[in-house]
Amino acid sequence: MARPGQRQTGWWLLILPAFLLMTAFYVAPILQVLAISFTEPQPGLQNYERLFTSESVQRVIVTTLRICLITTALSLLLGYVLSYRIALAGERARRWWILAVLVPLWISVLVRAFAWVTLLRRQGLVNQALLETGVIAEPLQLVWNEFGIVVGMVHYMVPYAVLPMLASMREVDPRLLAAARGLGASRFTVFRRVFLPLSAPGLIAAGLLVFIFSLGFYITPAILGGGKTLMVAEWIALQILDLIRWGLGAMMAAVLVVAILAMLALFSRAVDLRRVFGSGG
Amino acid sequence: MEGAHLPSAFARSAAWLVAIYLVLPIGIVIPVSLTDQRFLSLPHEALSLRHYATVLGSPEWLGSIAQSFWIAVASTLLAVSAGTLCAIGCWRISRRSTDLIRALMLLPIIIPSVVYAVGLYRYFARLDLLDRFLGVAVAHGVTGIPYVVITVSTALAAFDPRLEQAARSMGASLLQTLRWVILPRIMPGIASGAIFAFIHSWDELVIVLFIASRNVFTLPRRIWDGINENLDPAMAAVAVLLVLFTLLLLLLDLALRRRRDAA
Repeated sequence: MARPGQRQTGWWLLILPAFLLMTAFYVAPILQVLAISFTEPQPGLQNYERLFTSESVQRVIVTTLRICLITTALSLLLGYVLSYRIALAGERARRWWILAVLVPLWISVLVRAFAWVTLLRRQGLVNQALLETGVIAEPLQLVWNEFGIVVGMVHYMVPYAVLPMLASMREVDPRLLAAARGLGASRFTVFRRVFLPLSAPGLIAAGLLVFIFSLGFYITPAILGGGKTLMVAEWIALQILDLIRWGLGAMMAAVLVVAILAMLALFSRAVDLRRVFGSGG
Repeated sequence: MEGAHLPSAFARSAAWLVAIYLVLPIGIVIPVSLTDQRFLSLPHEALSLRHYATVLGSPEWLGSIAQSFWIAVASTLLAVSAGTLCAIGCWRISRRSTDLIRALMLLPIIIPSVVYAVGLYRYFARLDLLDRFLGVAVAHGVTGIPYVVITVSTALAAFDPRLEQAARSMGASLLQTLRWVILPRIMPGIASGAIFAFIHSWDELVIVLFIASRNVFTLPRRIWDGINENLDPAMAAVAVLLVLFTLLLLLLDLALRRRRDAA
């Protein structure tokens, strides 16, 4: 029995470099954030007290939750429409549809935020087109507010919503749909009574993924919000880089991490997390 | 699923609208970058390449591009070597403890990068790694590990473990098994992981905003400053170049996958 044990040591050594790197350069800095939130400016819980006493802290949290919920709902809706089409497409068409989802996924988030600014700002292409066609008399305020943030965030999140939903839709046996039709169900009934319930696990996984990613979103809200609507991530950066209020910024960062991990733990019973993060095995 | 059950006309046109919403904003950057005007707009009279000339003739932009490129190369090397070995180890041992390790490796995708960046800002100050090539490369490398672990684990899931056992029982050492049996079979997975780790570093901004200032001024950092200060069409030209570069990398990945599926 000694031999297999010895053999395993070699394999454990393979894991070691990544483990050490991750501990020393990832986990340690994150733990430091937790430590700062309890020790600065003085040791104690006063930073966490602000969660209950400070109106500006509460406003940031409420704004973030509102934007994230709207973003998640819209991304799920648009993503579902897209996945449904892809799942029922033929082999060749499916490849093109998937490309339309995957390419935006990998395009730099900065490029996409920039593109939305080009389109939505006061002298932007959308306003120009609407003015020239006479639909509006005054340019609309489409960006540097919550509307702009949601447009940009949904644009970023739809591909993340599609991937888990598509995976679960493709497990739906097409013969079930054909059978339901054959038994006289209308197209809508087939969708509502057969397809929708069978694709629900993917819907839940996608919702979790999108919501969690939205919570910590920084670049898109910062560019499309124009500094007026603050979400948690931008608020943290502001506290630390501009106001040098380390304790407060670290507290909010800690709250963010704990909230995300708690949500994952809660949903790990309902959702197969491998489906969410796509790790093989 | 062809034939059996087709989506209604409504569902089909709705899907088209969503696809347009996804792709069009990215496409719109192309005509804007070719404008003959000095401000962000569609071309008025003629197409012009002057904004591309501005970007490609500017030592600042070129310097940032080079810096981003080398940081991405260094961090990809780090992420690929650590991530690949880790994924192989976890796959071979495959116990509860390795499931935990795999979960640990996924943390950088789960935890928002602003949290990591805040911690790193303090942590690197003590190690004197702020605003240095090495610091950014390490930070991008560590956060690139999850992409490699995911793609390599997927490749390993299709690998027959008996091949490894056969090699070992015929006297191959662990390193020989790794070099001649396992690595060649999972090469496409490693390549995919490398491409994604590269794109991750190449596009990364949040960490850079915290741990770099003057010496390390990557391409995303320069774009960020450009968007916040002066919205000129040169930005659109940069955006198009970035999109083309990403597309190229994705095509490369697609070609590699196709070759793997054919094999």
